[in-house]
Amino acid sequence: MHGGKEDGEVGIQPCGDREGSDRYGIPFSRFLTPDGALSDAAPGFASDRGELAALYAGMLRTRAFDAKAVALQRTGRLGTYASSLGQEGVSVGLASAMRAEDVLIPSFREHGAQLWRGTRMEELLLYWGGDERGSDFAGPREDFPVCVPVGTQYPHAVGVAMAFTLRGEARCAVVVGGDGSTSRGDFHEALNMAGVWALPVVFLINNNQWAISVPREAQTAAATLAQKAIGAGLPGEQVDGCDVIAVRDAMERALARGRAGGGATVIECITYRLSDHTTADDATRYRDDTQVSPHWAEEPVTRLREHLVQAHGWTRQEEEELRAETHAAVEAAAQAYLDIAPQPVASIADYLFETLPPDLKAARDRVAEGGNG
Amino acid sequence: MATEILMPALSPTMEEGTLAKWLVKEGDSVSSGDIIAEIETDKATMEFEAVDDGVIGKILVTEGTEGVKVNTPIAVLIEEGESAEDLADAAPAAPQPVAEAPAPAAPAAPAAPVTAAPVEPDYPAGTETRMTTVREALRDAMAEEMRRDEGVFLMGEEVAEYQGAYKVSQGLLDEFGAKRVIDTPITEHGFAGVAVGAAFGGLKPIVEFMTFNFAMQAVDQIINSAAKTLYMSGGQMGAPMVFRGPNGAAARVAAQHSQDYAAWYAHIPGLKVVQPYSAADAKGLLKSAIRDPNPVIFLENEILYGRAFEVPVLEDFTVPIGKARIWREGTDVTLISFGIGMQYALEAADKLAEEGISAEVVDLRSLRPIDYETVLASVRKTNRCVTVEEGFPVGSIGNHLSAYIMTHAFDYLDAPVLNCTGKDVPMPYAANLERHALITTAEVVEAVKQVTYR
Repeated sequence: MHGGKEDGEVGIQPCGDREGSDRYGIPFSRFLTPDGALSDAAPGFASDRGELAALYAGMLRTRAFDAKAVALQRTGRLGTYASSLGQEGVSVGLASAMRAEDVLIPSFREHGAQLWRGTRMEELLLYWGGDERGSDFAGPREDFPVCVPVGTQYPHAVGVAMAFTLRGEARCAVVVGGDGSTSRGDFHEALNMAGVWALPVVFLINNNQWAISVPREAQTAAATLAQKAIGAGLPGEQVDGCDVIAVRDAMERALARGRAGGGATVIECITYRLSDHTTADDATRYRDDTQVSPHWAEEPVTRLREHLVQAHGWTRQEEEELRAETHAAVEAAAQAYLDIAPQPVASIADYLFETLPPDLKAARDRVAEGGNG
Repeated sequence: MATEILMPALSPTMEEGTLAKWLVKEGDSVSSGDIIAEIETDKATMEFEAVDDGVIGKILVTEGTEGVKVNTPIAVLIEEGESAEDLADAAPAAPQPVAEAPAPAAPAAPAAPVTAAPVEPDYPAGTETRMTTVREALRDAMAEEMRRDEGVFLMGEEVAEYQGAYKVSQGLLDEFGAKRVIDTPITEHGFAGVAVGAAFGGLKPIVEFMTFNFAMQAVDQIINSAAKTLYMSGGQMGAPMVFRGPNGAAARVAAQHSQDYAAWYAHIPGLKVVQPYSAADAKGLLKSAIRDPNPVIFLENEILYGRAFEVPVLEDFTVPIGKARIWREGTDVTLISFGIGMQYALEAADKLAEEGISAEVVDLRSLRPIDYETVLASVRKTNRCVTVEEGFPVGSIGNHLSAYIMTHAFDYLDAPVLNCTGKDVPMPYAANLERHALITTAEVVEAVKQVTYR
């Protein structure tokens, strides 16, 4: 699962045996193997064809959306975009475990989770196309907008959970970040405070092995990212993030625990970033295909399809219908996005304050009249 | 020979304390270093030692007396063999409220003194007022708003059990409980971020920074998250919250604990920034800040916490954000200041009046938005302006006002606008250097003389 340098190339020697003794008892779970076989220990929903088909459809939609977004960017019709290729199981697994009243605090690679929870594709495209109105989504109004700064979303999630607790609501905050963000102070500060106040937060780490060009090994000497929970007094676990069943199961357990007043949980989903970091990145400059290609054998979409075919008689017709439907939805959303008129210049200060102070109103009016403030 | 034992200053900013307990009685012999009393301040109870050998001749302030001013004689130490009866002239000193601006003895004035015209306060004439410290006014504002709105809560270091590092949150834990008055782990960045999240989640947090010096760590959350999210989310999600705490220099706490951040925060679109001087403004503005749907930076001052001012006795007294206050009217020059700077501006105005110069003193109170209307109206009347603030000179509020006045009232100016600021150095720890690094009343007087060509 490591995409980094070979042993001996690293200047700083690793501390202890990363795969063994330094795991501090962090459990690892996987129910669906890369060849599509399901473990007997799998949770109940994993034997339900309808449930699995919905998860599959969610992941397929995410992949199609990513592909279209990248295509729009490559043709100058979208801003910088972060694909979640290979990590659809994280997004869909986490969102499928949440209740509508829970709050999602995403980073910037959770399109699949946002779509699952009701944010519309054209809204996401509007955001990634560089228009703030895209974050004013109609769907899950209390879900947070995309957080591009690395790690600042973690304490926000603790604050949301604090609000739930103060109001006596049995809801959970789910916050997502990447492996690189676990080096930030925000992450540790948030874990610590969620621990002190026993707040209903799930910290979900999408460990896709890369922070742009920096491999996971260069981020921390810890054998797992999940064990960072231990220092904050929280439980931490690892799951195979390419197994949507394992992600959903771990999330369901963590959410139930949070709702029951049991406090926060850290879940590290081990995945692999099959795409560039964003459309502004060229990953071939720092990793070669021989490193990446083995991970295609583990990716979550094919894995679940294999299982659906093997265990539930998923037909070619069903597959083709789903793909056609998904394609049509994505294309329609892209067109809807492209049809949205740009914001009027007069809106430049509309959302700066709830009510615009007089001096800013005057400056705004000058801009709208074609001046320069 | 008899020596007066004075009420000690147990910290550089202590102005008064409670004489909690005498551990000696009249007639007792004491040696240097013996503990003779317990003194209680807003922060702690401390033991007080005899500084010399002798006999306690007379106790002037009885134990349990509150509000004993620093340097008030509290006892008289006599030498062995002396009699306490010789001390007839040593009278007990009653606690006195702090004078707002002590009137200096008038020197020989070169011109006829001018009198300042009275200015209407923010409340109706005839309203009953009560002398209240800034500290109590801030506490009252928080308590009133917490009673009014269940979504308002306070979090920060030492705000609950300890009642605030500067005792601003006294009594709040008792009244509102640990769910709404929350002691945080030590990470300004972390708990500021938590509060931002709570605001996004529908609450109205008040974040107390033990001082704004420590808030530098939290600037990412304050600016990138609190100030920008309403804008960046197309209006979906904003941060109705207050970041408050002491700002600027206290006394003798050195460079890392003595910085004025007013200009820093006033620079940021999406924030509102206020810095009150008086207790009434502290109360009225804090209530407005808590109700404001935007993030508000509420800058206090450690030295002002203990100052008492008249505060109107009204059920719901608020002061609008964005309105300056004219403290005294004048005709020859406009002094613009805010926060502790007002002390120098008002003192300077008194001194100038003795010399026949009539200064109008404007307390900005709000630094974002700024009440430009009041500023310009005053400058158009006096044709001269001096700004007064404690912060560093480069990129100061005064710089901004100078540019604004030049742009909008150039033809009214009879002299360049001058900026009185702190010096362009980190705050020195050494007392003699610190005095020079801070703004002084004499500098303000001098600047006014320059712009009035005296």
